[in-house]
Amino acid sequence: MVTKLGSFLRSPVAETIRGEIMNVEIRVQHTPLDALAEIAPVYAGQASIGGVVSFIGLMRDMNQGDAVSTMRLEHYPGMTEKALAAIVDEAAGRWDLAGVRVVHRVGEIRPQDPIVLVCVASAHRGEAFRACEFIIDYLKTRAPFWKREQTAEGKTRWVDSRGSDEAAAAAWEETK
Amino acid sequence: MTRILYFASLRERLGCSDETLETAPATVADLRAELARRGGVWQEVFADGQRVLAAVNQEMAGADQALQDGDEVGFFPPVTGG
Repeated sequence: MVTKLGSFLRSPVAETIRGEIMNVEIRVQHTPLDALAEIAPVYAGQASIGGVVSFIGLMRDMNQGDAVSTMRLEHYPGMTEKALAAIVDEAAGRWDLAGVRVVHRVGEIRPQDPIVLVCVASAHRGEAFRACEFIIDYLKTRAPFWKREQTAEGKTRWVDSRGSDEAAAAAWEETK
Repeated sequence: MTRILYFASLRERLGCSDETLETAPATVADLRAELARRGGVWQEVFADGQRVLAAVNQEMAGADQALQDGDEVGFFPPVTGG
């Protein structure tokens, strides 16, 4: 664990030690994700928090030029939770974070349904913005979820991974 | 003994979601080679250069990772969550 030099100079109430997040929740769920309801608990009751950044990933009705009607998300139970916890730990090693929540849907979903929520709270916006983007970029390439979509014409196919997602995650490696 | 789990498109191609091998291959690469020797679709999936990721005891693992008796190994395609 890395503690910040000089942290003792600040108010203990306002301080989070790098590597320790006060409020972490990670969930994988079959039930609909109420993304907006997940945000308030990340900062509620912590007056030291000055910024909250959230990413909500939604299912789209188009992919690779085809209309998509439904999607089924599968995961590797047990590994998924460990992989998400490791990603959040790595974010906490890079930035001072007061709260993190990651919730991911599995099972059958439809266009407009939230697939994932990543919510990060910090004393200042910069750390929250960067950590939120980092977590979703790593989730996209390291967390064991797979999408299978059904097109409007009734064909089913596994969604291919994207090179642009690999590139986004790799860019963070260079900033370690 | 090695517990093996297959996910997503891999599970469908192989027609198998999980199995237990009585053998204990030394590394992930050795296990892949053993599965490839079954021929047919197994050879296609596990032949060198195929994009198949592995996890040992639920953590991402490279080909060189050593295996212990009783390990759980997951094989799957590149992930597409988020």
